Amino acid sequence: MTEQLPVRLVGITKRFPGVVANDGVDLDLRVGEVHGLLGENGAGKSTLMNILFGLYTPEEGQIFVNGQPVIIDSPAKAISLGIGMIHQHFRLVRPFTVTENIILGLDSTPAILDMKAAATRVAQVARQYGIQINPNARIENLSVGEQQRVEILNSLYREANVLILDEPTAVLTPQEAQDLAVTLREMASQGKAVVFISHKLDEVMDVTDRVTVLRRGRKVFEAMTADTSKGELAREMIGHKLEEFKREQKAFIMALTGAGEVTAAGDGSAAGHHEAAAARPVLTVQNLVVNDDRDLPACREVSFEIAAGEILGVAGVDGNGQRELIEALTGQRPALEGHISVNGKDATRWTPRQVIDHDVAVITDDRQGEGLLLKTSVARNTVLKLFERPAFAKRRMLRFGAIDSFAEQLVQDYSISTPGVQVAAAKLSGGNQQKIILARELSQSPALIIANKPTRGLDIGAATYVHQKLSEERDRGAAVLLISADLDELFALSDRLMVIYSGRVMGIMPIEEADLERVGLMMAGTSDGGRPTSEQVTP
Amino acid sequence: MTAIARSTKNINWPGVGRSILAAALSIALGLLIGALFLLFSGQNPVAAYTSLLKGAFGTPARLAETFVKMTPFLILAISVSISFKCGVWNIGAEGQLIVGAITSFWAAMTFHFLPPVLLLPLTAVAGMVGGTLWSGIAGVLKAYFNANEVITTSMLNFIAVYLLAYMVNGPLKDPEGFNFPQSRLIPESLELPRLLAGSRLNIAFLVALGLVIVTLLFWRSTVGFRMEIVGASRRVATHVGLNVKRTIILVSIISGAIAGLAGWGEIFGVHFRLIEAIAVGMGSLAVVVALIGELHPLGMVVSAFLFASLVVGGNAMERSAGVPFALVDVINGSIILIVLARSYLFRGWRS
Repeated sequence: MTEQLPVRLVGITKRFPGVVANDGVDLDLRVGEVHGLLGENGAGKSTLMNILFGLYTPEEGQIFVNGQPVIIDSPAKAISLGIGMIHQHFRLVRPFTVTENIILGLDSTPAILDMKAAATRVAQVARQYGIQINPNARIENLSVGEQQRVEILNSLYREANVLILDEPTAVLTPQEAQDLAVTLREMASQGKAVVFISHKLDEVMDVTDRVTVLRRGRKVFEAMTADTSKGELAREMIGHKLEEFKREQKAFIMALTGAGEVTAAGDGSAAGHHEAAAARPVLTVQNLVVNDDRDLPACREVSFEIAAGEILGVAGVDGNGQRELIEALTGQRPALEGHISVNGKDATRWTPRQVIDHDVAVITDDRQGEGLLLKTSVARNTVLKLFERPAFAKRRMLRFGAIDSFAEQLVQDYSISTPGVQVAAAKLSGGNQQKIILARELSQSPALIIANKPTRGLDIGAATYVHQKLSEERDRGAAVLLISADLDELFALSDRLMVIYSGRVMGIMPIEEADLERVGLMMAGTSDGGRPTSEQVTP
Repeated sequence: MTAIARSTKNINWPGVGRSILAAALSIALGLLIGALFLLFSGQNPVAAYTSLLKGAFGTPARLAETFVKMTPFLILAISVSISFKCGVWNIGAEGQLIVGAITSFWAAMTFHFLPPVLLLPLTAVAGMVGGTLWSGIAGVLKAYFNANEVITTSMLNFIAVYLLAYMVNGPLKDPEGFNFPQSRLIPESLELPRLLAGSRLNIAFLVALGLVIVTLLFWRSTVGFRMEIVGASRRVATHVGLNVKRTIILVSIISGAIAGLAGWGEIFGVHFRLIEAIAVGMGSLAVVVALIGELHPLGMVVSAFLFASLVVGGNAMERSAGVPFALVDVINGSIILIVLARSYLFRGWRS
């Protein structure tokens, strides 16, 4: 090796209870390079960089800085090694000026401050990297983009050679993001090594020299940015070990059920369901327009329908309108334009209660925040949507006997592993918590099931169980809307696949016509070039 | 009572035992700290505490007086606990009590021509409506404008206190009251029946105990469960189809009605007229009673009794042992702090 790498990570493994956040990850940072770290939410990008910055200690692996093995056990240590990190949430004292924030906590700051000299130095460093900032401005008067510049300047002032930016553009306007890109290039050209964490493909293509993709805690791909493409990166982010996954899953189901009766995702699931797809539509969405929390368009003229006995998969990178679509369908977000109907009834303005009462089940992607009351018993969690029905309440008094035996039945039917139905839901494992939600949502034989990343954070066994249940429901005649960031899951379960990007439907296709290349491109925003889809938008 | 029997069925008795032991030790520790204060200020702690105990429980009449003081504490704590369980930090019990007292008094004066058997229930309803009006303001502000209820309810407390002061110094002032800031007396026929001759103990105390049973049942009802879900997580509540706004308003109404009933009890059971100091400090004490009772109706019976004993016994301590009441406040404060810190102090054996 002729040049010393400023940072080498070798075999980094970090486990959290129940999850392997990083699994033997290697990463080299080079002088003068902007290195993109790409991956879905939860892929382990931030964990890896928090390890480099001394916020977490890895269980395994070694970090080398300038060729020397080091142990980084605190951010102070990282900073002393010339590593700086700009977090998504800024760590600035708002009433202080830019200069005051930068010299804050520096050992070299004298007891009697010479603010003028300090401001001059700050201005000098800023000029060196082409950063536009007034050293005497108060933080509270600065825009978010300017505050981020202060954070960057802060690291540069401390003579960082390695700068880590954790999703820096998430908070920026497009113009500010462009300014940031210029600054990052300038820093690289002056010999800094920059890590740029993102899940946005366009930015990574624009800003970085080299890109590494993490998926489920593993490094799955590394290339020079010039040698790769958005489509390839999208596929790497989402995964392409479909066959392997199917085999794994099939073997697991065989082990579970003892023999061949594989109803789940294993075999060509789409085959037997084509006549079903011609059946009556359960959910029809026409030209739906929904805004996000900032009142910006999140779903733009979305149209699709799902028939009874059909699973419609929705593929798309996180944050492309999936959440807003679900909230609109479940009555939690107003539809600004367009039309939703469920079983022929106008559902555009339904309240969440009306949605539930019309046999729509929702499997949330946030089981601990939205799906379950963790401190409440398993039994009560199973009736959260049902407790006002006559089966569980008589003259407005809860029938605890009925509730307990209902819960006990579900625990049996869904093989929920729990010491008892009076135990708090928090005591159960993630997989068993998800089973409570499945049991609750599926127990009433819903007509429509909206499943949002139903296997998020689950191990293969629990995930397979969820897949099996969803297939069973489809076979029973339910319509299923399956939203997932996991292409393997979508390919394994869907009858048809819809791809959304930036709130728009890029195309809807039968699963046999979907291939990874095409879906990956559509997910990256390239419209379905040339190849005719058998159904556009509404069939 | 079957309600009590049923609600005690699923109780974790060793856990309850540990809780009671922890509470008892906390009180002992609080009294010990109080004893140190007494020593430092040149008092005899043994004599002081003897007079405290005698004052609170020494004779049937003293015990009855403790129950009299316990009544509003318990009713207000129940009012507060229902809001708290729904995640609404309503600290406006004091204001709601005051407005309930005013409206129930107003009803008694306005509809004086009705026979007492009709008028007395009417005054109780009027008190509940008054409390509801007051808490409803905060509830609507919370539900529709997301106004912080801690601020709105405490501001409404101030308004209620000054409204009452205005009433008893102005429109409702007793013309024959030697210029005291108080209203006329209610007709004797409307005074709540006494439970023990020669004491002030009246049936408002039974109303409070009845409320405990109703509350036990309430938490087993669909409405109560809905409030618990909203209190545990607004997001889950919305997800499972509950109307969070409507639930918040409903809980404000229920809490306000109960607090207003406490005001009615004070007027028709104890004072028989509006006075300025009808509710001084009761709001914050109700919060303490509710929290120390762990928001459980039976727990609050115990904690309301404890605080009533301290107040009544403390008064006696001041009179017979010459301990300044400020020192009684210090002892009460020490007990409150230690009881509230008990889960930290005794966490070792809460396995």
